[in-house]
Amino acid sequence: MLLSLEVATVRFGGRAVLDAVDLSVAEHEIVCVLGPSGSGKSTLLRAVAGLQPLSGGRILLSGRDQSGVPAHKRGVGLMFQDHQLFPQRDVGANVAFGLRMQEASKAEQATEVGELLEMVGLPGAARRAVAGLSGGEQQRVALARALAPRPRLLMLDEPLGQLDRSLRERLVVELRELFGRLGTTVLAVTHDQGEAFALADRVVVMRDGRIAQSGTPLEVWQRPADEFVARFLGFENVVPATVTDGAAVTPWGKLPVPETAPQGTRTLLVRPAGVRLVPAPEGLRCTVTARTFKGTHVAVHLRPEDGPRLEAACALREAPETGSEVGVEFDPTEIVVLG
Amino acid sequence: MAGPVAFFAVFFAYPVAAIVARGLKTDGTWQFGRIADVVARSDIRHVLWFTTWQALASTALTLLVALPAAYVFARLDFPGKQVLRAVVTVPFVLPTVVVGTAFLALVGRGGLLDAWWGVRLDTTVWAILLAHVFFNYAVVVRTVGGLWAQLDPRQEEAARMLGASPLGAWRKVTLPALAPALAAGALMVFLFTFTSFGVVQILGGPTFSTLEVEIYRQTSEIFDLSTAAVLTLVQFVAVGAILAVHAWTVRRRESVLRLVDASVTARRPRGTGQWAVLAGVLVTIAVLLLLPLAVLVGRSLDAPGFGYYRALTRDDGGTFLVAPLTAVTTSLEYAVAATAIAVLIGSLAAAALARRDAGRLARGFDALLMLPLGVSAVTVGFGFLIALDEPPLDLRQSWILVPLAQALVGAPFVVRTMLPVLRAVDGRLREAAAVLGASPWRVWWEVDLPMVRRALLVAAGFAFAVSLGEFGATVFIARPDNPTLPVAVARLLARPGDLNYGQAMALSTILMVVCAVALLVLERLRTDRTGEF
Repeated sequence: MLLSLEVATVRFGGRAVLDAVDLSVAEHEIVCVLGPSGSGKSTLLRAVAGLQPLSGGRILLSGRDQSGVPAHKRGVGLMFQDHQLFPQRDVGANVAFGLRMQEASKAEQATEVGELLEMVGLPGAARRAVAGLSGGEQQRVALARALAPRPRLLMLDEPLGQLDRSLRERLVVELRELFGRLGTTVLAVTHDQGEAFALADRVVVMRDGRIAQSGTPLEVWQRPADEFVARFLGFENVVPATVTDGAAVTPWGKLPVPETAPQGTRTLLVRPAGVRLVPAPEGLRCTVTARTFKGTHVAVHLRPEDGPRLEAACALREAPETGSEVGVEFDPTEIVVLG
Repeated sequence: MAGPVAFFAVFFAYPVAAIVARGLKTDGTWQFGRIADVVARSDIRHVLWFTTWQALASTALTLLVALPAAYVFARLDFPGKQVLRAVVTVPFVLPTVVVGTAFLALVGRGGLLDAWWGVRLDTTVWAILLAHVFFNYAVVVRTVGGLWAQLDPRQEEAARMLGASPLGAWRKVTLPALAPALAAGALMVFLFTFTSFGVVQILGGPTFSTLEVEIYRQTSEIFDLSTAAVLTLVQFVAVGAILAVHAWTVRRRESVLRLVDASVTARRPRGTGQWAVLAGVLVTIAVLLLLPLAVLVGRSLDAPGFGYYRALTRDDGGTFLVAPLTAVTTSLEYAVAATAIAVLIGSLAAAALARRDAGRLARGFDALLMLPLGVSAVTVGFGFLIALDEPPLDLRQSWILVPLAQALVGAPFVVRTMLPVLRAVDGRLREAAAVLGASPWRVWWEVDLPMVRRALLVAAGFAFAVSLGEFGATVFIARPDNPTLPVAVARLLARPGDLNYGQAMALSTILMVVCAVALLVLERLRTDRTGEF
């Protein structure tokens, strides 16, 4: 393993911001830590970088304990949330900073900087002032700067957080391609699930300084570990349920579940696609309270006669009017019994 | 942190303690009863009363005269504003001796007012008050005007939209927002006038004496050390109280207001009201600030063919052991050394104070650093003489004694100038450099230094001007054969005769020009972030 955290703990005052976290990142792997703000994900990066001392546990890089190793000797790169480019230096000098610290020759620096700027899509920008860069350009310069000293591990703190949506979606694809080509090992943190799923080989969901779930994007998306993860991923249809022999008793009535589902008192998730709308007398009777246009589909918000509110995904043309009465049936393939 | 603490302990706390001990201790026992005895004396009470009321009156008068100027510099835009801002600041860095001399030339015997209308003010308290306004005008313009320029004018507009009259909007919206800066500025003026030495020494004559002048008189003329020690203690307590209140108001100023970029709030004057205020301020600056300086220069040129200036180069063997003009080179040498020490100590202290984890202790040190500004410079000078005269610190014969004392006064200015800039450096920039492989020392060199270089230059300039003009401490410890400019001016003034008087004017003019040049260079470097002076 390139990076291993063993019961790593950071306490501020009495509060554990990082609570006995075990995490490892293999060489060439891209791991994305996903969590709401305050879940301890930035602290995790700072601890690995050596900017935040641990209160307990240890951090190993290539098998070596890093306690007592200062930040500048760890050989890891960190791209800060708001980039933190040096304002009094131009683009080239920012990118060359790490190379200068390694005492590379001027010629080496110039070649490297040229190549890196080319790679991040800013060829010939070396002489430009940092203040004149757009948000996307700053992000690229910050990336080139972090990559320049060839860190064994590159860490990204909300790498695309401050950019607008279309730019974000384009850059996330570019980043994944670039890291794949360079074979960079990456540990990124973000609160944006779309970003995490698009970037990562493996997603780690954090809650209150602990790891709530770890797995491939597909695994996490398909089988959230618990109610917290499900709700954090944006799922609203989560209810308590009692599961027996292929059926679950819920506030919405008795729902079909896969035969293999775990038995007993559980939490149940119904994905919006599994909420099918039918003409009114059939199924669970609901009132349409709102409709949200989602591009490819419409999210229909429903108030059932009984039980908590429901969200359904519905094709554009079939979406019922707000205020109308509809019936709801459930699709067992879109129902997940959580841990 | 350890360096600055040690510096202030050895060169400030120890000499002050030594002089207090010398005054209050007889045969190894403390005589605290003397404090009550001295304070009860009617002449001392008179000094205390005068010190306090003249400081209050000076502060009130300064606020009254300088507030319209703060408004003009903050809210109005007119050609030559930058130059005028620099001009207004010149008096603040002028040596008190020069200020005293300039007012003597204006309102004293044979002065301009005397010659034209037969009016003499040098026997009245008005000369002192006017000189104090002259000296502290810039303090109010800078502290109050600086904040005023950053207040969002739309706040006042919002009040107008809600039905407030222009004056009402100012009184209800702007004035409360300005209150902390007003308080801080007023306290600085009060502090400077409360401890005024050079101005009162020259303009006060035998009638008017502040605590500081009285301490000087008691030590150097009457040799009554115990009275001087008691007065030092009294001043110490008073200054400590003023500084505590000042620190409190500064903290409040930092916390609450939403500020905008100062460059966008000023507009061309509109309407007769604004033009009238602008004209009034310009006339005040001309009469109050420029006239005394012009008279000073004029007086120095009274003798034909630059006679007074040429006399400065002669060694008359009387007042000095050397030609007065050598005081210029002496002063410059001392000032360079003092600046180096002040910048070193001050920036170390500022760097320590700027750390985010700086605790309560460090904040206490922050306030303590201001003490040398207000504690009797005379005490420091005299303390140097009696405390640093035996091994291991026998510096009485060393030239370094004078720069050390001046650096003590200059270092607080360095800290005040550097601290806001250092605090504004984003800590994560340093972290970014560390992660890229920069060692802590390298981080300071690569990240902090480029950002504070400008502030460092401004701080050095202030320290330079301060040490050039320092009088209270230097007058004690400068050697007779090596007087500094202010000391030479004071000695010339103390002697009778037109030639001496003219030479004092000439030497003051030289000192003023040196200080003004230093300041104008600073003004080009100044950014709005650099501190409160």
